[in-house]
Amino acid sequence: MGMEGIGAKVLRKEDKRFITGKGKYTDDHKVAGMQYAAFVRSPHAHARIKGIDKSAAESMPGVTAVLDGKQLTGDGIGNIICGWMIHSKDGSPMNMGAWSALATEHVRYVGDAAAVVIAESQSEAKAAAEAVSIDYEVLPAVVDAVKAMGDGAPQLHPEAANNIIYDWEIGDEAPTDAALAGSAKIVELDITNNRLSPNPMEPRSALALYDEAEDHYTLYTTSQNPHVARLVLSAFYQVAPEHKLRVIAPDVGGGFGSKIYIYPEEIVCLWAAKRAGVPAVKWTSERTEAFLTDAHGRDHITKAKMGFDANNKITGFKVETVANLGAYMSLFSSSVPTYLYATLLSGQYNIANIHCNVKTVYTNTTPVDAYRGAGRPEATYVVERMMETAARELGVDPAELRRANFVTEFPHQTPVIMAYDAGDYSASLDAAMAASDYAGFAARRADAESRGKLRGIGMSCYIEACGIAPSAAVGSLGAGVGLWESAEVRVNPVGTVEILTGSHSHGQGHETTFTQLVSDRFGVPTDNVQIVHGDTDKVQFGMGTYGSRSGAVGMSAIVKALDKVEAKAKKIAAHMLEADEGDIVIENGEVTVAGTDKKLGWHEVCLGAYTGHNLPDGMEPGLKEGAFYDPTNFTFPAGCYICEVEVDPETGVTDVIQFVAADDFGKIINPMIVEGQVHGGIAQGIGQAMMEHAIYDDEGQLLTASYMDYQMPRAGDLPSFKVSTSETLCPGNPLGMKGCGEAGAIGSPPAFMNAITDAISNNTLAMPATPQRVWAAING
Amino acid sequence: MTSAKYHRASSVDEAASLAGSASDPKYIAGGQTLIPTIKQRLAEPSDLIDLRHIGATKGISVSGSQVTIGATTTHAEVASSAELRAVCAALCDLASQIGDPAVRHMGTLGGSIANNDPAADYPAAMLALDAQITTNQRTISASDYFVGLFETALNDGEVITEVSFNAPDKAAYEKFPNPASRYAMAGVFVAKSGGGVRVGVTGAGSDGAFRHEGMEQALSGNWSADAVADVAVDTASMLSDIHGDAAYRANLVKVMAKRAVAAAG
Repeated sequence: MGMEGIGAKVLRKEDKRFITGKGKYTDDHKVAGMQYAAFVRSPHAHARIKGIDKSAAESMPGVTAVLDGKQLTGDGIGNIICGWMIHSKDGSPMNMGAWSALATEHVRYVGDAAAVVIAESQSEAKAAAEAVSIDYEVLPAVVDAVKAMGDGAPQLHPEAANNIIYDWEIGDEAPTDAALAGSAKIVELDITNNRLSPNPMEPRSALALYDEAEDHYTLYTTSQNPHVARLVLSAFYQVAPEHKLRVIAPDVGGGFGSKIYIYPEEIVCLWAAKRAGVPAVKWTSERTEAFLTDAHGRDHITKAKMGFDANNKITGFKVETVANLGAYMSLFSSSVPTYLYATLLSGQYNIANIHCNVKTVYTNTTPVDAYRGAGRPEATYVVERMMETAARELGVDPAELRRANFVTEFPHQTPVIMAYDAGDYSASLDAAMAASDYAGFAARRADAESRGKLRGIGMSCYIEACGIAPSAAVGSLGAGVGLWESAEVRVNPVGTVEILTGSHSHGQGHETTFTQLVSDRFGVPTDNVQIVHGDTDKVQFGMGTYGSRSGAVGMSAIVKALDKVEAKAKKIAAHMLEADEGDIVIENGEVTVAGTDKKLGWHEVCLGAYTGHNLPDGMEPGLKEGAFYDPTNFTFPAGCYICEVEVDPETGVTDVIQFVAADDFGKIINPMIVEGQVHGGIAQGIGQAMMEHAIYDDEGQLLTASYMDYQMPRAGDLPSFKVSTSETLCPGNPLGMKGCGEAGAIGSPPAFMNAITDAISNNTLAMPATPQRVWAAING
Repeated sequence: MTSAKYHRASSVDEAASLAGSASDPKYIAGGQTLIPTIKQRLAEPSDLIDLRHIGATKGISVSGSQVTIGATTTHAEVASSAELRAVCAALCDLASQIGDPAVRHMGTLGGSIANNDPAADYPAAMLALDAQITTNQRTISASDYFVGLFETALNDGEVITEVSFNAPDKAAYEKFPNPASRYAMAGVFVAKSGGGVRVGVTGAGSDGAFRHEGMEQALSGNWSADAVADVAVDTASMLSDIHGDAAYRANLVKVMAKRAVAAAG
């Protein structure tokens, strides 16, 4: 490895502009004649639109247009779709209701957009939006997923009887029931996975330009996957054909999944720019709009049963989950509680029989979709809370119960699709137990007791699946897209390198890690490498960044393209040096012939490729190669987290005293960035477990629509994490990478909840473990 | 954002006169609540009359045990006043827990008690210190001043000029912050002086800040944390919301009171 190659802690190249305030986000872009959009949003969770009176708004200063849903659909703009088809267990396709970017007949959640004002200034647009008078017939609302399935519940969409979108299953039910029936011990657990607001630091924003002369659109937007956005905007929403629409996702300040999806606002800004006859329309979300309209995460209610034989080996696992998908089906909402969830229910364990039934339900709430971890945190929460509960009920050490059931031979086929390719779960468990001084816990608990505090310890041995793939497999499971990645390596005549990638960085540090691959391969400094991403005019196509896929899939595509560049460069060098191609070595910026003193500078070979003066017979000039990489399998990061807490029984306040993370991410390119990802993930996971909760009242009003009521984790709430990694290489990709972006958020909630339920000796406590809930749990 | 006419008053009289001639005026004394309210389009005053630049209402003076704090003294100034700390450190500690550094350098004592947010910190101290609130029209005792949620005894156009009190022998403030907003969910200020014991409670009451007379009586007879432990806190008068129901808030009032007495020594 060179100083900046694979494994080096290279400082983040992008941080110079971010830390100095020089990042250029969507809202920083301005064009001449740009106007502003303000949305008229429903204050009701469920209502019929009887009429819209725009007259007052239209006559207000600066107002260019007031537009509604009937005009939008009248212009042929299509409904928003969910891109993953799930079939119910009876074989019927999922029951997807219509979602128009501006509501036409009904509004179905508070914040649902019913009209838009286009005006010369943002304040004029907002003032006029308040003056749009919508006559609503308020309808009964339902926010609870179980109640929504009940008799007499308000019905959201005519397509979905009893609000059920699908009733899906995985695994074999009869053998699982039989295994449970024959068990020496059955452990039951009812748990909820709390609904979350995603809260990226940068709110969503869209700037839509329309060039009338060329009939061409450009959309700057806060997207994690601009190519998918263009595809969907073109193919499904009929905004413009792909060759007439350029989508640019410039600097994006965090996403956590919420910026994967195509939202009504981007569609409306594009359509309204042309319809209102203005050069450009910009919309930037306010924070409360973000709480109301950014796709929420999680919101599962689960009943689980696990059987054990007399030797404490798991015999079977049965899980029933109801998942709340909100008022409409967001882009990948259907896949989250199915193939991203139930396929991970085997955890790190040998379980011969698993059956899971999932019902997804419409309610009068914000649409729910993938949020950091997407299905895998929910699965890990079920499995790891169950293992801890079982250990308590069986009276065995939680670490030893896990160890006794670990998968130890690979590949391992689970009963729920996944084939684990590599791992060493005991190694992570041992590392975490050592780092946390697991053996010394009893003394620490006794010390806490002497201070009037309740101390608890809990662990979580998580496994997750990253780099969702291969395309053919996900296609057979209902995905509407492929899940490969593309890369193009452009070597310039002077030897500097541009990497064009279909991945998109919105905080992950791609501009650093991706350049390290080039430095590692050719020995050029990372400062001589530029990463190009986020622009459909520059990068031909790509699938974007989510699901921890940019390492295992995105970087593998780069590696494939680098292979091609290296092969051609060696041919050119061999010709120039009159040597055998097999003897050419490229390192430290030099191209040498092994065993001789013959050499060329890397830049000389690159220049040679472009002058074309001395190339092998028949070779095309230039040094530029592209690759598409489609993985053969998911990757399976895994690890063990151990959390220790102290509770103040008088107030219910919980201190996280210690948090240990021992992860196996396979090959690591930049350990500093990986550590940062783990830190952020753990903070988010503890946020879910002890603080964050999107709460609706019975009428469907979001009670947590600002930071006055929605608690985010702050640095002072958390201890310094003790993190470490071990390495089993993923056999499925060239570098052996697994992915690290979500593990922290996946593994930490059950570790925390296992610790706090241990501290207070009450296993019914639900996330988030707020002081009030903890106090109530202690005081019965 | 809507537009309002901004006035920078240089005297209390000028401020009152400006208020008298505007259609829908608001005094602004730091704006840490008012500006966000306007930005959310929940208030649209015609005129904003800034009181923060009136020299006469700024500063802290201590004469013996008599403390006077000008209404436009910032929380940061209260928190860092050595003079005040020498006689009533509890009030410095309270001010140091308000909001964050930016809020503390803009927000003022007068602004806080004029707004009378039920979760603000100062009202508990004003009640427990038996403070006198002086305006451009009169002096009001704290017990008469705080009327209810966001309600005070102030008349339209009346300007708070200063707050004064006798420093107690012992005092402390203990706050349980709302986990999300960090406003007080229960903040208890206890003060013991020759005149007796007073206990001011903020954040928890459904009718705003209040004195807890049961605790005052118990502590008058026995100044110890144990004395508070047996006093009932009526859940019927407690706020209840997603962060804490009435039973939890009642518990917090008691726990914060115990800790405040212990901290006061």
